[in-house]
Amino acid sequence: MHTVHTMPAHEGPTQLPWLPLILLSLLMLGYLLAAGRQRRQGNGWSGHRCALFVLGSVVLGAAVAPPVMSWAHHDLRGHMLLHLVMGMLAPLAWVLAAPVTLLLRSLPRPGARFIAVLLRSLPIRLVSHPVGAMLLNIGGMYLLYLTPLYTLSLRSEALHYWVHLHFLIAGYLFCWSILAGPDASPHRLSLRFRLGVLFLAMATHALLGKLMYGYLQPHGTGHSMEQIQAAAQLMYYGGDLAEVLLAIVLLLVWLRTPVERREPLFRAGQPSPQRPPAPPRQAGHPACTITPTPPVHASGTGYIEDMLEILHKARIPRYRLAR
Amino acid sequence: MTSPRPSPAYTKAHDARRSLWFAALAGIGVMAGIDEIVFHQLLQWHHFFDHATPGIGILSDGLLHVAELLAIVIGAFLLIDLAQRRLLATRWAWAGVFLGMGVFQLFDGIVSHKILRIHQIRYGVDLLVYDLIWNLSALGLLLIGMGLVRRARRSERR
Repeated sequence: MHTVHTMPAHEGPTQLPWLPLILLSLLMLGYLLAAGRQRRQGNGWSGHRCALFVLGSVVLGAAVAPPVMSWAHHDLRGHMLLHLVMGMLAPLAWVLAAPVTLLLRSLPRPGARFIAVLLRSLPIRLVSHPVGAMLLNIGGMYLLYLTPLYTLSLRSEALHYWVHLHFLIAGYLFCWSILAGPDASPHRLSLRFRLGVLFLAMATHALLGKLMYGYLQPHGTGHSMEQIQAAAQLMYYGGDLAEVLLAIVLLLVWLRTPVERREPLFRAGQPSPQRPPAPPRQAGHPACTITPTPPVHASGTGYIEDMLEILHKARIPRYRLAR
Repeated sequence: MTSPRPSPAYTKAHDARRSLWFAALAGIGVMAGIDEIVFHQLLQWHHFFDHATPGIGILSDGLLHVAELLAIVIGAFLLIDLAQRRLLATRWAWAGVFLGMGVFQLFDGIVSHKILRIHQIRYGVDLLVYDLIWNLSALGLLLIGMGLVRRARRSERR
Protein backbone atom coordinates (compact mmCIF):
# COMPACT_ATOMS: atom_id res chain seq x y z
CA MET A 1 0.00 0.00 0.00
CA HIS A 2 1.04 3.56 -0.50
CA THR A 3 2.10 5.67 2.39
CA VAL A 4 1.12 9.21 3.11
CA HIS A 5 4.40 10.38 1.57
CA THR A 6 2.98 10.07 -1.90
CA MET A 7 0.59 12.76 -0.81
CA PRO A 8 0.00 16.09 -2.47
CA ALA A 9 2.62 18.72 -2.88
CA HIS A 10 1.48 21.30 -0.37
CA GLU A 11 1.19 20.84 3.36
CA GLY A 12 -2.43 21.71 3.82
CA PRO A 13 -3.85 25.14 3.22
CA THR A 14 -0.95 27.39 3.98
CA GLN A 15 -2.11 30.82 2.94
CA LEU A 16 -4.42 32.51 5.40
CA PRO A 17 -4.87 29.49 7.65
CA TRP A 18 -6.69 31.59 10.23
CA LEU A 19 -9.10 33.23 7.78
CA PRO A 20 -12.00 30.79 8.45
CA LEU A 21 -11.63 31.28 12.18
CA ILE A 22 -11.62 35.07 11.84
CA LEU A 23 -14.73 34.98 9.66
CA LEU A 24 -16.45 32.67 12.11
CA SER A 25 -15.66 34.91 15.06
CA LEU A 26 -17.04 37.90 13.19
CA LEU A 27 -20.21 35.98 12.34
CA MET A 28 -20.70 34.92 15.94
CA LEU A 29 -20.03 38.42 17.20
CA GLY A 30 -22.52 39.80 14.69
CA TYR A 31 -25.19 37.35 15.80
CA LEU A 32 -24.68 38.10 19.48
CA LEU A 33 -24.66 41.87 18.95
CA ALA A 34 -27.86 41.68 16.91
CA ALA A 35 -29.49 39.43 19.50
CA GLY A 36 -28.42 41.81 22.27
CA ARG A 37 -29.94 44.72 20.38
CA GLN A 38 -33.23 42.85 19.99
CA ARG A 39 -33.31 42.24 23.72
CA ARG A 40 -32.47 45.85 24.58
CA GLN A 41 -35.20 47.05 22.26
CA GLY A 42 -37.66 44.90 24.15
CA ASN A 43 -38.31 42.57 21.23
CA GLY A 44 -36.60 39.77 23.01
CA TRP A 45 -34.44 37.02 21.57
CA SER A 46 -34.24 33.61 23.13
CA GLY A 47 -31.10 32.80 25.05
CA HIS A 48 -31.36 29.23 23.79
CA ARG A 49 -30.93 30.42 20.26
CA CYS A 50 -27.87 32.44 21.21
CA ALA A 51 -26.43 29.40 22.96
CA LEU A 52 -27.12 27.23 19.91
CA PHE A 53 -25.44 29.70 17.58
CA VAL A 54 -22.41 29.91 19.85
CA LEU A 55 -22.32 26.12 20.11
CA GLY A 56 -22.44 25.73 16.32
CA SER A 57 -19.77 28.35 15.85
CA VAL A 58 -17.46 26.90 18.49
CA VAL A 59 -17.77 23.39 17.09
CA LEU A 60 -17.15 24.72 13.63
CA GLY A 61 -14.25 26.79 14.89
CA ALA A 62 -12.67 23.69 16.41
CA ALA A 63 -13.09 21.92 13.10
CA VAL A 64 -11.45 24.61 10.98
CA ALA A 65 -8.62 25.41 13.37
CA PRO A 66 -5.36 25.06 11.40
CA PRO A 67 -3.93 22.09 13.35
CA VAL A 68 -7.14 20.10 12.94
CA MET A 69 -7.38 21.08 9.29
CA SER A 70 -3.88 19.89 8.51
CA TRP A 71 -4.54 16.59 10.32
CA ALA A 72 -7.70 16.13 8.29
CA HIS A 73 -5.70 16.89 5.21
CA HIS A 74 -3.50 13.86 5.70
CA ASP A 75 -5.88 11.45 7.34
CA LEU A 76 -9.14 10.44 5.73
CA ARG A 77 -10.64 9.66 9.14
CA GLY A 78 -9.89 13.20 10.21
CA HIS A 79 -11.42 14.47 7.01
CA MET A 80 -14.57 12.44 7.63
CA LEU A 81 -14.90 13.66 11.19
CA LEU A 82 -14.50 17.20 9.96
CA HIS A 83 -17.05 16.58 7.28
CA LEU A 84 -19.49 15.27 9.87
CA VAL A 85 -19.05 18.31 12.08
CA MET A 86 -19.05 20.88 9.29
CA GLY A 87 -21.77 19.35 7.20
CA MET A 88 -24.20 18.06 9.79
CA LEU A 89 -23.74 18.98 13.44
CA ALA A 90 -22.74 22.63 13.28
CA PRO A 91 -25.38 23.46 10.62
CA LEU A 92 -28.10 21.88 12.76
CA ALA A 93 -27.18 24.09 15.71
CA TRP A 94 -27.07 27.13 13.42
CA VAL A 95 -30.43 26.41 11.84
CA LEU A 96 -32.01 26.12 15.28
CA ALA A 97 -30.54 29.52 16.13
CA ALA A 98 -32.81 31.15 13.50
CA PRO A 99 -30.15 33.46 12.07
CA VAL A 100 -32.26 34.57 9.09
CA THR A 101 -35.08 35.75 11.32
CA LEU A 102 -32.58 37.66 13.41
CA LEU A 103 -31.10 39.19 10.27
CA LEU A 104 -34.52 40.24 8.99
CA ARG A 105 -35.36 41.78 12.32
CA SER A 106 -32.06 43.58 12.62
CA LEU A 107 -31.84 45.10 9.15
CA PRO A 108 -33.57 48.36 8.31
CA ARG A 109 -36.82 47.88 6.45
CA PRO A 110 -35.56 48.21 2.85
CA GLY A 111 -32.74 45.80 3.56
CA ALA A 112 -35.10 43.32 5.19
CA ARG A 113 -37.47 43.57 2.26
CA PHE A 114 -34.60 42.90 -0.11
CA ILE A 115 -33.60 39.79 1.85
CA ALA A 116 -37.20 38.62 1.97
CA VAL A 117 -37.49 38.98 -1.82
CA LEU A 118 -34.17 37.24 -2.25
CA LEU A 119 -35.35 34.34 -0.09
CA ARG A 120 -38.32 33.97 -2.33
CA SER A 121 -36.29 33.95 -5.54
CA LEU A 122 -36.24 30.80 -7.62
CA PRO A 123 -32.63 29.76 -6.85
CA ILE A 124 -33.23 29.96 -3.11
CA ARG A 125 -36.54 28.17 -3.44
CA LEU A 126 -34.79 25.38 -5.32
CA VAL A 127 -31.97 24.88 -2.85
CA SER A 128 -34.21 25.22 0.18
CA HIS A 129 -36.55 22.49 -1.04
CA PRO A 130 -35.77 19.23 0.74
CA VAL A 131 -35.13 17.42 -2.54
CA GLY A 132 -32.90 20.19 -3.89
CA ALA A 133 -30.98 20.41 -0.63
CA MET A 134 -30.60 16.65 -0.54
CA LEU A 135 -29.19 16.60 -4.06
CA LEU A 136 -26.72 19.33 -3.14
CA ASN A 137 -25.76 17.64 0.08
CA ILE A 138 -25.64 13.92 -0.68
CA GLY A 139 -25.09 14.35 -4.43
CA GLY A 140 -22.12 16.55 -3.64
CA MET A 141 -20.68 13.76 -1.49
CA TYR A 142 -21.04 11.18 -4.25
CA LEU A 143 -19.31 13.56 -6.61
CA LEU A 144 -16.53 14.25 -4.15
CA TYR A 145 -15.72 10.73 -3.02
CA LEU A 146 -16.43 8.65 -6.11
CA THR A 147 -14.65 10.88 -8.62
CA PRO A 148 -11.10 12.27 -8.67
CA LEU A 149 -12.49 15.48 -7.18
CA TYR A 150 -11.32 14.55 -3.69
CA THR A 151 -7.75 14.03 -4.83
CA LEU A 152 -7.87 17.32 -6.70
CA SER A 153 -9.17 19.08 -3.61
CA LEU A 154 -6.10 17.92 -1.73
CA ARG A 155 -3.92 19.63 -4.28
CA SER A 156 -5.71 22.87 -4.89
CA GLU A 157 -6.22 25.25 -2.04
CA ALA A 158 -9.14 27.05 -3.63
CA LEU A 159 -10.92 23.77 -4.29
CA HIS A 160 -10.17 22.67 -0.74
CA TYR A 161 -11.86 25.75 0.73
CA TRP A 162 -14.73 25.45 -1.69
CA VAL A 163 -15.38 21.81 -0.77
CA HIS A 164 -15.59 22.65 2.91
CA LEU A 165 -17.75 25.67 2.29
CA HIS A 166 -20.02 23.46 0.21
CA PHE A 167 -20.32 20.97 3.08
CA LEU A 168 -21.33 23.76 5.41
CA ILE A 169 -23.82 25.47 3.11
CA ALA A 170 -25.36 22.27 1.80
CA GLY A 171 -25.63 20.91 5.33
CA TYR A 172 -27.30 24.09 6.50
CA LEU A 173 -29.76 24.08 3.63
CA PHE A 174 -30.58 20.43 4.22
CA CYS A 175 -31.23 20.86 7.94
CA TRP A 176 -33.32 23.95 7.26
CA SER A 177 -35.33 22.31 4.49
CA ILE A 178 -36.12 19.29 6.67
CA LEU A 179 -36.99 21.23 9.80
CA ALA A 180 -38.71 23.98 7.77
CA GLY A 181 -38.09 26.20 10.73
CA PRO A 182 -37.50 28.08 12.94
CA ASP A 183 -36.68 30.48 10.08
CA ALA A 184 -39.80 30.54 7.91
CA SER A 185 -39.28 28.22 4.97
CA PRO A 186 -40.48 29.26 1.51
CA HIS A 187 -42.04 25.81 1.18
CA ARG A 188 -45.06 24.43 2.95
CA LEU A 189 -44.40 20.74 2.94
CA SER A 190 -45.99 18.12 5.10
CA LEU A 191 -44.09 16.49 7.93
CA ARG A 192 -44.49 13.13 6.23
CA PHE A 193 -42.89 14.36 3.01
CA ARG A 194 -39.94 15.81 4.88
CA LEU A 195 -39.46 12.62 6.86
CA GLY A 196 -39.54 10.72 3.58
CA VAL A 197 -36.80 12.86 2.08
CA LEU A 198 -34.76 12.47 5.24
CA PHE A 199 -35.15 8.72 4.90
CA LEU A 200 -33.89 8.80 1.32
CA ALA A 201 -30.98 11.02 2.25
CA MET A 202 -29.99 8.71 5.10
CA ALA A 203 -30.19 5.66 2.88
CA THR A 204 -28.09 7.14 0.09
CA HIS A 205 -25.60 8.43 2.62
CA ALA A 206 -25.28 4.99 4.21
CA LEU A 207 -24.95 3.42 0.76
CA LEU A 208 -22.09 5.77 -0.06
CA GLY A 209 -20.34 4.70 3.15
CA LYS A 210 -20.69 1.07 2.12
CA LEU A 211 -19.46 1.73 -1.40
CA MET A 212 -16.42 3.60 -0.11
CA TYR A 213 -15.69 0.75 2.27
CA GLY A 214 -16.14 -1.98 -0.29
CA TYR A 215 -14.42 -0.36 -3.26
CA LEU A 216 -11.85 1.69 -1.32
CA GLN A 217 -12.96 5.03 -2.61
CA PRO A 218 -11.68 7.70 -3.04
CA HIS A 219 -8.97 6.21 -5.23
CA GLY A 220 -5.49 7.57 -5.69
CA THR A 221 -5.18 9.46 -2.44
CA GLY A 222 -2.42 7.33 -1.01
CA HIS A 223 -4.51 6.52 2.06
CA SER A 224 -4.15 3.00 3.37
CA MET A 225 -6.96 0.50 3.09
CA GLU A 226 -7.51 0.49 6.85
CA GLN A 227 -7.79 4.24 6.87
CA ILE A 228 -10.33 4.34 4.07
CA GLN A 229 -12.41 1.61 5.67
CA ALA A 230 -12.32 3.28 9.05
CA ALA A 231 -13.33 6.56 7.41
CA ALA A 232 -16.16 4.86 5.53
CA GLN A 233 -17.48 3.29 8.72
CA LEU A 234 -17.25 6.67 10.41
CA MET A 235 -19.32 8.07 7.58
CA TYR A 236 -21.84 5.27 7.90
CA TYR A 237 -22.39 5.33 11.65
CA GLY A 238 -21.58 8.99 12.21
CA GLY A 239 -23.86 10.03 9.39
CA ASP A 240 -26.63 7.91 10.88
CA LEU A 241 -26.16 9.50 14.25
CA ALA A 242 -26.31 13.02 12.88
CA GLU A 243 -29.33 12.28 10.69
CA VAL A 244 -31.19 10.52 13.49
CA LEU A 245 -30.47 13.57 15.60
CA LEU A 246 -32.10 15.66 12.88
CA ALA A 247 -35.13 13.35 12.87
CA ILE A 248 -35.38 13.57 16.66
CA VAL A 249 -35.19 17.36 16.59
CA LEU A 250 -37.85 17.45 13.86
CA LEU A 251 -40.20 15.23 15.86
CA LEU A 252 -39.49 17.05 19.13
CA VAL A 253 -40.52 20.26 17.41
CA TRP A 254 -43.62 18.43 16.22
CA LEU A 255 -44.49 17.27 19.73
CA ARG A 256 -44.10 20.80 21.05
CA THR A 257 -47.07 22.03 19.11
CA PRO A 258 -50.25 21.59 21.15
CA VAL A 259 -52.27 18.48 20.35
CA GLU A 260 -55.14 20.44 18.77
CA ARG A 261 -52.89 22.16 16.25
CA ARG A 262 -50.49 19.28 15.71
CA GLU A 263 -50.24 18.04 12.14
CA PRO A 264 -51.24 14.37 12.22
CA LEU A 265 -48.57 12.08 10.85
CA PHE A 266 -51.34 9.60 10.09
CA ARG A 267 -54.97 10.43 9.51
CA ALA A 268 -56.59 11.27 12.81
CA GLY A 269 -58.59 8.12 13.40
CA GLN A 270 -59.99 9.02 16.76
CA PRO A 271 -63.33 7.36 17.14
CA SER A 272 -65.75 10.10 18.02
CA PRO A 273 -67.95 9.54 21.06
CA GLN A 274 -71.10 9.74 18.96
CA ARG A 275 -70.17 6.84 16.76
CA PRO A 276 -70.09 3.27 17.91
CA PRO A 277 -66.51 2.65 18.90
CA ALA A 278 -65.55 -0.31 16.78
CA PRO A 279 -64.21 1.02 13.48
CA PRO A 280 -64.57 -1.29 10.50
CA ARG A 281 -61.39 -3.28 10.39
CA GLN A 282 -59.45 -2.31 7.36
CA ALA A 283 -57.71 -5.16 5.71
CA GLY A 284 -54.13 -4.71 4.76
CA HIS A 285 -51.22 -2.64 5.78
CA PRO A 286 -51.57 0.47 7.92
CA ALA A 287 -49.87 2.42 5.18
CA CYS A 288 -53.10 2.07 3.23
CA THR A 289 -54.80 4.37 5.69
CA ILE A 290 -52.49 7.27 4.96
CA THR A 291 -54.19 10.23 3.40
CA PRO A 292 -52.21 13.24 2.33
CA THR A 293 -52.94 16.28 4.43
CA PRO A 294 -51.94 19.37 2.52
CA PRO A 295 -50.27 21.83 4.87
CA VAL A 296 -52.41 24.87 5.37
CA HIS A 297 -51.03 28.31 5.00
CA ALA A 298 -52.20 30.00 8.14
CA SER A 299 -52.89 33.53 7.05
CA GLY A 300 -53.38 32.92 3.36
CA THR A 301 -50.96 35.71 2.56
CA GLY A 302 -47.68 35.50 0.73
CA TYR A 303 -44.25 34.77 1.95
CA ILE A 304 -43.00 38.36 1.94
CA GLU A 305 -45.94 39.42 4.08
CA ASP A 306 -45.01 36.60 6.40
CA MET A 307 -41.49 37.84 6.65
CA LEU A 308 -42.58 41.37 7.32
CA GLU A 309 -45.00 40.12 9.89
CA ILE A 310 -42.13 38.37 11.59
CA LEU A 311 -40.24 41.64 11.56
CA HIS A 312 -42.94 43.34 13.55
CA LYS A 313 -43.80 40.59 15.89
CA ALA A 314 -42.53 41.17 19.35
CA ARG A 315 -41.60 37.56 19.83
CA ILE A 316 -41.28 34.73 17.43
CA PRO A 317 -42.79 31.50 18.63
CA ARG A 318 -40.31 29.01 19.92
CA TYR A 319 -39.21 26.29 17.56
CA ARG A 320 -42.07 25.38 15.45
CA LEU A 321 -42.83 23.80 12.15
CA ALA A 322 -43.85 25.57 9.03
CA ARG A 323 -47.38 26.51 9.71
CA MET B 1 -54.39 1.41 32.06
CA THR B 2 -56.21 3.69 29.71
CA SER B 3 -57.53 7.18 30.03
CA PRO B 4 -60.79 7.89 31.80
CA ARG B 5 -63.79 6.92 29.74
CA PRO B 6 -65.83 9.80 28.47
CA SER B 7 -69.22 8.10 28.43
CA PRO B 8 -70.69 4.71 29.29
CA ALA B 9 -71.84 4.24 25.71
CA TYR B 10 -68.31 4.74 24.54
CA THR B 11 -66.11 2.06 25.99
CA LYS B 12 -62.97 2.43 23.91
CA ALA B 13 -61.30 5.61 25.02
CA HIS B 14 -58.15 4.54 23.29
CA ASP B 15 -57.07 3.63 19.80
CA ALA B 16 -56.16 -0.04 19.86
CA ARG B 17 -55.28 -0.38 16.19
CA ARG B 18 -52.96 2.60 16.19
CA SER B 19 -51.33 1.61 19.46
CA LEU B 20 -50.60 -1.81 18.02
CA TRP B 21 -49.21 -0.59 14.71
CA PHE B 22 -47.08 2.23 16.09
CA ALA B 23 -45.64 -0.05 18.76
CA ALA B 24 -44.96 -2.69 16.10
CA LEU B 25 -43.04 -0.07 14.14
CA ALA B 26 -40.93 0.67 17.20
CA GLY B 27 -40.54 -3.09 17.85
CA ILE B 28 -39.20 -3.68 14.34
CA GLY B 29 -36.67 -0.91 14.87
CA VAL B 30 -35.65 -2.18 18.29
CA MET B 31 -35.08 -5.73 17.07
CA ALA B 32 -33.07 -4.50 14.11
CA GLY B 33 -31.09 -2.29 16.45
CA ILE B 34 -30.35 -5.24 18.76
CA ASP B 35 -29.30 -7.27 15.73
CA GLU B 36 -27.02 -4.50 14.57
CA ILE B 37 -25.42 -3.91 17.96
CA VAL B 38 -25.03 -7.53 19.04
CA PHE B 39 -24.08 -9.25 15.80
CA HIS B 40 -22.30 -6.47 13.95
CA GLN B 41 -20.63 -4.57 16.74
CA LEU B 42 -20.15 -6.88 19.72
CA LEU B 43 -19.72 -10.34 18.20
CA GLN B 44 -18.62 -9.10 14.77
CA TRP B 45 -20.14 -12.19 13.19
CA HIS B 46 -21.73 -10.25 10.40
CA HIS B 47 -19.49 -8.44 8.00
CA PHE B 48 -19.85 -4.75 7.33
CA PHE B 49 -19.43 -5.34 3.64
CA ASP B 50 -19.68 -8.73 1.99
CA HIS B 51 -18.30 -8.84 -1.53
CA ALA B 52 -20.42 -11.91 -2.22
CA THR B 53 -23.54 -9.79 -1.84
CA PRO B 54 -25.12 -8.67 -5.09
CA GLY B 55 -25.40 -4.92 -5.56
CA ILE B 56 -29.13 -4.94 -4.99
CA GLY B 57 -28.49 -6.63 -1.65
CA ILE B 58 -26.19 -3.83 -0.51
CA LEU B 59 -28.76 -1.25 -1.56
CA SER B 60 -31.60 -3.01 0.21
CA ASP B 61 -29.40 -3.50 3.25
CA GLY B 62 -28.78 0.25 3.36
CA LEU B 63 -32.50 0.96 3.04
CA LEU B 64 -33.30 -1.53 5.79
CA HIS B 65 -30.65 -0.12 8.07
CA VAL B 66 -32.03 3.39 7.76
CA ALA B 67 -35.61 2.20 7.97
CA GLU B 68 -34.89 0.48 11.26
CA LEU B 69 -33.33 3.62 12.73
CA LEU B 70 -36.22 5.79 11.69
CA ALA B 71 -38.68 3.10 12.79
CA ILE B 72 -37.45 3.34 16.39
CA VAL B 73 -37.55 7.13 16.38
CA ILE B 74 -40.83 7.59 14.53
CA GLY B 75 -42.52 4.70 16.38
CA ALA B 76 -41.53 6.15 19.74
CA PHE B 77 -42.72 9.63 18.81
CA LEU B 78 -46.00 8.33 17.43
CA LEU B 79 -46.61 6.51 20.71
CA ILE B 80 -45.87 9.69 22.67
CA ASP B 81 -48.25 11.54 20.37
CA LEU B 82 -50.95 8.94 21.03
CA ALA B 83 -50.35 9.14 24.75
CA GLN B 84 -50.64 12.92 24.67
CA ARG B 85 -53.93 12.55 22.81
CA ARG B 86 -54.97 10.09 25.57
CA LEU B 87 -55.49 7.36 22.99
CA LEU B 88 -52.69 4.98 23.89
CA ALA B 89 -53.76 1.43 24.72
CA THR B 90 -50.84 0.05 26.68
CA ARG B 91 -51.76 -3.63 26.35
CA TRP B 92 -52.13 -3.37 22.61
CA ALA B 93 -48.88 -1.45 22.41
CA TRP B 94 -46.97 -4.20 24.22
CA ALA B 95 -48.45 -6.76 21.90
CA GLY B 96 -47.34 -4.61 18.99
CA VAL B 97 -43.77 -4.38 20.26
CA PHE B 98 -43.40 -8.17 20.40
CA LEU B 99 -45.13 -8.76 17.10
CA GLY B 100 -42.91 -6.18 15.46
CA MET B 101 -39.78 -7.74 16.91
CA GLY B 102 -40.84 -11.22 15.82
CA VAL B 103 -41.79 -10.14 12.33
CA PHE B 104 -38.48 -8.42 11.82
CA GLN B 105 -36.49 -11.33 13.15
CA LEU B 106 -38.32 -13.74 10.87
CA PHE B 107 -37.93 -11.40 7.90
CA ASP B 108 -34.23 -11.02 8.58
CA GLY B 109 -33.77 -14.74 9.05
CA ILE B 110 -35.60 -15.75 5.92
CA VAL B 111 -35.53 -12.92 3.40
CA SER B 112 -32.21 -11.19 4.20
CA HIS B 113 -30.18 -14.24 5.09
CA LYS B 114 -31.67 -16.90 2.86
CA ILE B 115 -33.41 -15.30 -0.12
CA LEU B 116 -31.43 -12.10 -0.74
CA ARG B 117 -28.34 -13.57 0.92
CA ILE B 118 -27.21 -10.15 2.10
CA HIS B 119 -25.08 -11.70 4.78
CA GLN B 120 -25.05 -14.82 6.89
CA ILE B 121 -25.37 -15.07 10.64
CA ARG B 122 -21.84 -16.33 11.03
CA TYR B 123 -19.08 -17.29 8.67
CA GLY B 124 -17.11 -20.49 8.55
CA VAL B 125 -19.58 -22.55 10.57
CA ASP B 126 -22.44 -24.91 9.88
CA LEU B 127 -25.24 -22.45 9.35
CA LEU B 128 -28.19 -24.78 9.90
CA VAL B 129 -28.10 -24.59 13.70
CA TYR B 130 -27.73 -20.84 13.67
CA ASP B 131 -30.54 -20.39 11.18
CA LEU B 132 -32.80 -22.68 13.17
CA ILE B 133 -32.18 -20.86 16.44
CA TRP B 134 -32.60 -17.52 14.73
CA ASN B 135 -35.93 -18.35 13.17
CA LEU B 136 -37.24 -20.22 16.20
CA SER B 137 -36.50 -17.20 18.36
CA ALA B 138 -38.49 -15.18 15.83
CA LEU B 139 -41.42 -17.57 16.18
CA GLY B 140 -41.12 -17.34 19.97
CA LEU B 141 -41.41 -13.56 19.84
CA LEU B 142 -44.40 -13.84 17.51
CA LEU B 143 -46.09 -16.25 19.91
CA ILE B 144 -45.57 -13.91 22.84
CA GLY B 145 -47.00 -11.11 20.71
CA MET B 146 -50.05 -13.14 19.80
CA GLY B 147 -50.58 -14.07 23.45
CA LEU B 148 -50.49 -10.40 24.35
CA VAL B 149 -53.00 -9.64 21.60
CA ARG B 150 -55.36 -12.21 23.08
CA ARG B 151 -54.90 -10.75 26.53
CA ALA B 152 -55.57 -7.24 25.22
CA ARG B 153 -58.70 -8.43 23.41
CA ARG B 154 -59.99 -10.21 26.49
CA SER B 155 -59.47 -7.17 28.68
CA GLU B 156 -61.39 -5.15 26.13
CA ARG B 157 -64.42 -7.44 26.19
CA ARG B 158 -64.68 -7.12 29.92
